[in-house]
Amino acid sequence: MSIPILIADDEPNILVSLEFLMKREGYTVLLARDGQEALDLLRSERPRLVLLDVMMPRKTGFEVCQEVRHDDALKDTLILMLTAKGRETDIVKGLALGADAYMTKPFSTRELVQKVRELLGSPG
Amino acid sequence: MLSPSLVIGASLAYLLLLFGVAAWGDRRAAAGRSVVGNAWAYALSMAVYCTAWTYFGSVGRAATTGVWFLPIYLGPTLAMVLAWTVLRKMIRIARRWRLTSIADFVASRYGKSPMLAGLVTLITVVGIVPYIALQLKAIATGYGLLTGPSGGGDGLGSAGLWWQDGTFYAALLLAGFTMMFGTRHLDSTERHEGMVAAIAFESLVKLLAFLAVGVFVTWGMFGGPRDLFERVAAQPDLARLLTLGGDGGGTAFAWGQWFALTLLSMLSVIFLPRQFQVIVVENVDERHLKRAAWVFPLYLWLINLFVLPIAFGGLLFFGSATDADAFVLSLPLAQGALWLALAAFIGGLSAATGMIIVEAIAVSTMVCNDLVMPVLLRTRRFRSRHGGDLTRLLLAIRRAAILGILLLGYVYFHLAGEAYALVSIGLISFAAVAQFAPAALGGMYWKGGTRRGALAGLLAGFVLWAYTLMLPSIAKSGWFPDAFLLHGPWGLALLKPEALFGLTGLDGLTHSLFWSLLANVGAYVGVSLWRAPSALEASQAALFVDVGDAAHAGPAFWRGRASVAELLPLAERFLGAARARRLFAEWARLTGAARVEDIRADAAFVQYVEAQLAGAIGSASARVLVSSSVQEEPLALDDVMRILDEATQLRAHSRALEAQRASLQRATEELRAANEQLKSLDRLKDDFMSSVTHELRTPLTSIRALSEMMADDPAMAADQRQQFLGIIVAETERLSRLVNQVLDLARIESGHADWADEDVDLAAVVRQAAGSMAEALREQGCTLTLDLAEPVPPLRADADRLTQVVLNLLGNAAKFVPRPGGEIRVTLRHDADAVRVAVQDNGPGVPPGDRARIFDKFHQAGDAASRPGGTGLGLPISRQIVEHFGGSIRLRHDTGQGACFEFRLPWQPSIEQPAEQHHSPGDKR
Repeated sequence: MSIPILIADDEPNILVSLEFLMKREGYTVLLARDGQEALDLLRSERPRLVLLDVMMPRKTGFEVCQEVRHDDALKDTLILMLTAKGRETDIVKGLALGADAYMTKPFSTRELVQKVRELLGSPG
Repeated sequence: MLSPSLVIGASLAYLLLLFGVAAWGDRRAAAGRSVVGNAWAYALSMAVYCTAWTYFGSVGRAATTGVWFLPIYLGPTLAMVLAWTVLRKMIRIARRWRLTSIADFVASRYGKSPMLAGLVTLITVVGIVPYIALQLKAIATGYGLLTGPSGGGDGLGSAGLWWQDGTFYAALLLAGFTMMFGTRHLDSTERHEGMVAAIAFESLVKLLAFLAVGVFVTWGMFGGPRDLFERVAAQPDLARLLTLGGDGGGTAFAWGQWFALTLLSMLSVIFLPRQFQVIVVENVDERHLKRAAWVFPLYLWLINLFVLPIAFGGLLFFGSATDADAFVLSLPLAQGALWLALAAFIGGLSAATGMIIVEAIAVSTMVCNDLVMPVLLRTRRFRSRHGGDLTRLLLAIRRAAILGILLLGYVYFHLAGEAYALVSIGLISFAAVAQFAPAALGGMYWKGGTRRGALAGLLAGFVLWAYTLMLPSIAKSGWFPDAFLLHGPWGLALLKPEALFGLTGLDGLTHSLFWSLLANVGAYVGVSLWRAPSALEASQAALFVDVGDAAHAGPAFWRGRASVAELLPLAERFLGAARARRLFAEWARLTGAARVEDIRADAAFVQYVEAQLAGAIGSASARVLVSSSVQEEPLALDDVMRILDEATQLRAHSRALEAQRASLQRATEELRAANEQLKSLDRLKDDFMSSVTHELRTPLTSIRALSEMMADDPAMAADQRQQFLGIIVAETERLSRLVNQVLDLARIESGHADWADEDVDLAAVVRQAAGSMAEALREQGCTLTLDLAEPVPPLRADADRLTQVVLNLLGNAAKFVPRPGGEIRVTLRHDADAVRVAVQDNGPGVPPGDRARIFDKFHQAGDAASRPGGTGLGLPISRQIVEHFGGSIRLRHDTGQGACFEFRLPWQPSIEQPAEQHHSPGDKR
C-alpha cells in the first residue's frame, strides 16, 4: 500500500502536472480544487502529506494549515506549502502557522520530490 | 367690585411670591447651581423694559392714535439686531473694568471723570423720577378702579386724601422690597441673581395676564379679531385708527415722528439704567445675547399682539377713548369677570414693581458711587486706607438712595402725576437717557472722544431736552404760566421752546429730540476735536475701543511704586476683608506668586485692584482712592502713546508667532498627509507587483514541471506527451497575454498610452468585434445577436481601444455561457447625451460576492477551472479606456438571468476628465 498524498491547488494545469509527478514517484494521489475540499479529504482520507497551495478559493492554504494544526486527529499531517507569492512575509507566515516546508512556484520537480521524500522519511 | 382687603391681600401675596423666587435664586446661586445662568432667564429679564406703561399705556395710545404704540417696540427689536456687535462689546468692557452703571461706563471711558459720572447720574435721576411716578400712578389707578364705586368708570377722580396715603405706603413698601432685593449682600459688586430670577418670573406673569385679558376681550366679548376690526371699520370716527395717519390724527403719515420714536426706543432699550443693569451688569455669559436677540423681540411681539383688540374693544364698549389707559382693567370689570380683573391688576402690579425694583437698584448704585462717594472722598478719614470696614456704610448709602428715589417718585406723582397721560411721561424719560448715546457709543468706537467733549455734549443735550420737552410739559400742566410757550421768552419768537429757531411742523417729542441730539453730538464731536485728550483719557480710550476678547488683557497704564501692604487694607475697607483676601489670592495664583505677600505690585496689579474697587464704588472714586494711597508718577500723553505702541508691537509679535506656529502646524499636517499617501501608494504598488508575480508564476509552474517531467522521461507515451505540450502552449499564450495586458494597463494608467482620436461609428466597432469573434462562438455553439439602433452619430474616440472593450466583454460572455446553447446579445442605444452598449449573456451571472470587486485588477469571478485563459485584467483595462473618454462601465443587476455589462460614452466628455485622475497605478476608482 503506497503512501497517500493530497494535492490541493485551484489551477487545473498544476494539478495535472503534480498528479503525474507524484504518481510517478509511487504515491497514491488525492486531488482537491479549493481549501474546503482539501480539508474534507484530509478528514476522510487521512493522507500522510499534503501539497498545499496558498491562494485558493473558499479557504486559503493558510487557513487550511491552521485548522489542521488545531485538529487533534489531523495535526500530525505533513504540510508542504506551495506559493506563487514569493514574498518573505508569506514564507514566514506559512512556517509560523505550522507548515513543515515551503516552496515557491515555479519549483524544480527534482527538488520537490526530494523534499517530499525527506518529509516522509523523517520520523513522526 | 372687589373688596380692598382682597386686592391688597393678593398684591402682598404676589410680592411675597416674587420675594420667594428671588430668595430661591439667591440660594441656588450660593449653592453654585445658578438659575439665571441660562439664556432664557437673561432674555426674559430684558423684558423689564415693558413696564406698567406698556401694560396700560399702550392700549391707551392705540385707542387714540391707532398703530402709533408700535415704534416703541420696533426700536428694541432693531436694537437687538445689533446686539451681537454693540451690546457684546459693551458687556466685555463693563466686565473687564467692573463697571456697574451707565454713569460709570461713560465716566470711566473719559478718564474716570467724577464730574462726568455725577452729570450722568443727575440727568438720570431727573429723567427717571417721573417714570417711577408713572408706575406708582398705574398701581394707584388700578387699585382705585378695582375697588372704587363706579367699577367701569373713571378711577382717576377718586383721588381723595385716603388714596394719597395708600400710594405713599405702597411706595414705602416697594422701597423696602427693593432694598431686600438689591442690597441684601454686603458684597456690593456681585450680580443680583435673585433679583434677575424674580424679574424673569415677573416678565412671565405680566405677559400671561395681558394675553389672558386679550383673549377674553377678543373672543369672550367679541367674535374674534375679524369681528372687532369690522365693527371698528364700520364706525367713521374709529375707522381712522386703522389708517397710518399722523399721531394727532392728521392725514399724512408722519415719517419723521415714526423714525424719531423708533430711534428713541432703540437708544433707551440700551441706556435706560434698568436696561443697562439687566443687559450688561447682570449678564452671566455673553453668548446668552444670541438667544436674547430673538427671544426678547418675540416677547415684545407677544405682548403687543392684543393691544389693538383691547383698545378697539374698549372703544366699542365704552364709546369713547376716555381713560383708555385703564381698558385692561375696566373691560373685565364691566363684564363682571372679577377674577380676571384681579389677575390683570396683578399683571400690571408686576410690570410696575419689576421696573421700580431694577430701576431703583441701578439708580441707587449710581447715586452712591457717583454723587455721594466723591463728596465723602474729600474727607481725609475716608481717603486713608486705614480705618473700619466701609462696606456696611456703602450699603446704607444705597438703601437711603433707594428710599429717596421712591419718595421723589411719590412726590412727583402727588404733585404732577395727574396731569399727563401715561405715555408722555415715559417718552420724556426716554428722551433724557437718549442723551447718553453719543458719549457712550462714541466712546466705544471713537478714540478721539474726550472728557470735555462728553461733558459739553451731555450738558448741551440735557439743557435742550429740559427747555424743549420738560419745561413745556410742566407748563402745560399749569405749574407756571405758559406764555413763553406761545410767544417765546421775553417775546423772542425764535426761542419758543416748541418751535426753536423757527423749526415747526414737528410734534413736540421729535422737535426736542432733533435739537437735543443735534446739540449733543455737535458739542461732543466739536469739543473733542478742539482739545487733545489727557494721558488718562487717551489710555482709557484705547482700553475701551480695543477691548478685544476676554482672554486678551490690554496694556497697563500706570507708573509708580506700590506695595501689597498699601493696597490690601484699602481693598479690605471697601470690599470687605474676606472678599479682598480672596481677590488677592486669586491674583497670586494667576501670576504664580506663592503667597499674597509675594505678589509683585506692578502696573497690572494696581490696575487689577483699581478695577475691583471700581466694582464697589465706581471707577472715578476708585481712581481717587488708589492715587491717594500709593506713590504714583504722573503719565504724560507721550508715555501713554509709548505704552500703547509697545502693546501694539507685542500684539503684532505674538500674532506673527501665532501665524508662524499655525503655518508650521499646517506644513506638518501636509507632510504627514503626503507621507500617508505615499505609504498607501507604496502598499498598492506592492500589492500590484505581488499579484503580477503570482499571475506570472502560476503558468510558469505548469510549464516548468511538465517540461522537466518530459525531459526526465524520454519514453513517455505519445498521447501523454501531446497533452502536456498542449498545456504548455496554452500556458505560454496566457503568459504573453498577461505581459501585454500588464504593460497596456501600466501605459494607460501612467498616461503614456497613445490615443488616436477620430470620428468613430460605434455600431461599426461593435460589428467588427462581433465579426472577429464569430468563428469561435459558432464553434462552441453560441448564438450572437446584434441589436444596434442605427444610424449612430460619430463619436470622438479611439476605434481600436473601443474594439478592445467590446472584444473583452464578448470574450468574458463567451467564457461563461453554456456550451452548447450559449446566447449573447449586444444592444446599442443612444440619446441626446450619450451612447450605451450592453452585452448580455445567458451564463450563470456574476455571484453576488464578486460583484463589488469585478473591476478590481486580478480579481476573477468563479473558480479557476471555469475561467480558462483569463488574466483578471480585461475589465480593469476596459474601465480605464471607457473612463478616458469620460464614460462609465458597470454591471447591470436589473436584467434577470445571466450577466449584463454596459458601458456608456457621452458625446461630450465633461471638463473634468476622469482619465487624468487615473495616473497612479494603484488607484482603481
